Amino acid sequence: MAAGVAAWLPFARAAAIGWMPVANLPMPVAPTEKNKRQDELIILNVSGRRFETWRNTLDRYPDTLLGSSEKEFFYNEETKEYFFDRDPDVFRSILNFYRTGKLHYPRYECISSYEEELAFFGIIPEIIGDCCYEEYKDRKRENAERLMDDQEDNKDAKLPNMTFRETMWRAFENPHTSTMALVFYYVTGFFIAVSVITNVVETVPCGSSPNQKEVPCGERYTVAFFCMDTACVMIFTVEYLMRLFAAPSRYRFMRSVMSIIDVVAILPYYIGLVMTDNEDVSGAFVTLRVFRVFRIFKFSRHSQGLRILGYTLKSCASELGFLLFSLTMAIIIFATVMFYAEKGSSSSKFTSIPASFWYTIVTMTTLGYGDMVPKTIAGKIFGSICSLSGVLVIALPVPVIVSNFSRIYHQNQRADKRRAQKKARLARIRITKTEGSNAFLHSKRNGLFNEALEFTNSTEEEQRLSKSTSLLESQHHHLLHCLEKTTYKCHIFFYDSLFVFLPLPASLSLSCFYLEAGLQNYPSRSPSLSSQDGVTGTCCSRRSKKHHTPLPNASAPAHMQPLTHTHTHQQGLQELSTIHIQPLSTSRSSLNMRVDDPASLNCQSSQITTAIISIPTPPVTTPEGDAHLPAAPTHQNVVKVSAL
Amino acid sequence: MGALMVIFSLQPKQRSKTRDSVEDELELSAVRHRPEGLEQLEAQTRFSRKELQILYRGFKNECPSGVVNEETFKDIYSQFFPQGDASTYAHFLFNAFDTDHNGSVSFEDFVMGLSILLRGTIQEKLNWAFNLYDINKDGYITKEEMLDIMKAIYDMMGKCTYPVLKEETPRQHVEVFFQKMDKNKDGVVTIDEFIDCCQNDENIMRSMHLFENVL
Repeated sequence: MAAGVAAWLPFARAAAIGWMPVANLPMPVAPTEKNKRQDELIILNVSGRRFETWRNTLDRYPDTLLGSSEKEFFYNEETKEYFFDRDPDVFRSILNFYRTGKLHYPRYECISSYEEELAFFGIIPEIIGDCCYEEYKDRKRENAERLMDDQEDNKDAKLPNMTFRETMWRAFENPHTSTMALVFYYVTGFFIAVSVITNVVETVPCGSSPNQKEVPCGERYTVAFFCMDTACVMIFTVEYLMRLFAAPSRYRFMRSVMSIIDVVAILPYYIGLVMTDNEDVSGAFVTLRVFRVFRIFKFSRHSQGLRILGYTLKSCASELGFLLFSLTMAIIIFATVMFYAEKGSSSSKFTSIPASFWYTIVTMTTLGYGDMVPKTIAGKIFGSICSLSGVLVIALPVPVIVSNFSRIYHQNQRADKRRAQKKARLARIRITKTEGSNAFLHSKRNGLFNEALEFTNSTEEEQRLSKSTSLLESQHHHLLHCLEKTTYKCHIFFYDSLFVFLPLPASLSLSCFYLEAGLQNYPSRSPSLSSQDGVTGTCCSRRSKKHHTPLPNASAPAHMQPLTHTHTHQQGLQELSTIHIQPLSTSRSSLNMRVDDPASLNCQSSQITTAIISIPTPPVTTPEGDAHLPAAPTHQNVVKVSAL
Repeated sequence: MGALMVIFSLQPKQRSKTRDSVEDELELSAVRHRPEGLEQLEAQTRFSRKELQILYRGFKNECPSGVVNEETFKDIYSQFFPQGDASTYAHFLFNAFDTDHNGSVSFEDFVMGLSILLRGTIQEKLNWAFNLYDINKDGYITKEEMLDIMKAIYDMMGKCTYPVLKEETPRQHVEVFFQKMDKNKDGVVTIDEFIDCCQNDENIMRSMHLFENVL
């Protein structure tokens, strides 16, 4: 029932009195409203913009957020209004939906933001009115195609466990994935070219022996051409069989266009092998050779442009069909007219209507060979009309095809551009993420400086600590801190470029050493640590791939997982028990951790806060992160900071 | 000959222009119907001010032009009965509401009708019902008129009913009605017979009060 019509329900019920005298049975009891509220205005405050409407208006659609009791969650007691922290511009069209019963899609809105708002307010997008539905569908399709392109790029990521068959299939589909695939790709391309050129050259007349007429090269060097053909066909056959083997769904592969082209390309050869002795069918065999030209279509695997063209033609099938149909109609009409117009003239070439087809086609496409020409005046008049109309009929569907092609082509261009920009984008994103994680550790350090300061009463550092963090940040940092405490691990700094050393209060490194000593008791770890020469950052980044926990604060990325190592590998771990207060810092060659001489660091506190930490009981940490030490990203330096 | 063709092509446009302007005027006048003031309506009907406001808002929402023509009326009414075909009954209803028979129901007509139906006395309601059944408004309900009304009501139910609707059901129902109402058996029901009979029927009396709390 439409929204506005709900307002007419009282009328419909009143009109039911018309049935009463006719009815024989007693009527059911009418429902009564328990608390009959007067219709009231409610205020919807959306990001500061106030919308007011009747309560009844919103009640029209009880299965949406605004129409149900769900909006009570957003009620603000002090201001007596419902506050939504959403986009007020999009809310306008949503509220209009309640008022008019029609949902409109504003053209200037981004499709995904609009859909998000709709999802938030519990409105399904299918009820968008007819006036805006097409636009909405078009934009949605565009967006989906774009996202699909992005996903396809991610397909290149190698899954850890792939069978040989899957690897092969991936190699066939994306040649850039491995060198072998690339080699194969180029080899097949080369052989396709060779095969096509051979077919072409075969028919060129070579120099002949003086007593014979010109013979084509194919007949002169039969053996050579046969060998070449055989080689190409063997390569193609092997390739086809390998693809067939590697295909995840063989039946679907066999039905695909490319595989059919492959088969058609190599079949003539085999048929020719079988049928060489039979003289009668040799004529048919010669015809079969024509199909060898299909090998040129195999190039479409190698050329993006060809694929786009094919896809365009497929998507414009209806326009092409219309073009063909209208042309056929026009040809028949004009051929008939020309035939009857030229019937009178002698020695006319227009012997029959089908014979006139040729003239009509040549004229309509403005070719005008001149082999058939009308001689009578009527014929000439109709001939001119024919050529004029030909131009028109052909020009009509062409722009549709062109625009389709342009759209698909630009989409592909966009995909390529996006792929190229992706690396730069990812790098930039990574930088901002590491800055975020550094912020956390900075604040932690500052917090600990605070504690240290209380003992040292040093005033120099106070300026550094004046950097204040917002409440949100501090709460988030507290959270991470608690996590560290829970898991008995420490967070690690990530620095992108500069050599930095941190003056660490002794207490800090102390605790971590202790931790490390404790952790060393677990056999699962010792081999990793003893053999490690990598950078801790790698462990964390490795971990991050596995545990992607979304954190509320965007500045704290997932790869800040707690993990700690000490890198005094040269000294061995047994020495950790002696308190070597040697804060570690990195050099630019991040792969080798070295211990700098402590003298260079202005370790500012000589007093050690009693950082008593108990040797941890078996933690619940997952050990797998330690076992693997993949190659460190060479551009990252790591400075270790430990915390209490 | 060319000049003649030019003249001919020009002529129809001018004629249609004058015709268009007249039609435009009519449309404009139809579009701009505004109801009488709130006070007058308050005096004429038994609705309170607030109720009139609510009614008008609903009315204007669905019919921004201020009047309902029969098509829109049928449309609106049909939406309440999705299974069946409510257009015939809506046609009769429209005629009952359109008291001045000008082909459109304005807000005043609408509100007057509603006032009788919801807030009127039993007498007025029965009067209204009689008016609805009397299609040609001659003061008598004949069997044919009643059959039409009955068929329209049954049409609203639609095809998917239990028990299944049979061809004779409306006719039978009309017979029952006439047996009850037609006291002097002259084949028509007059207003007095109708009101008399209804007042003696308990069911009908009770059902008349059914929709009083609608607004």
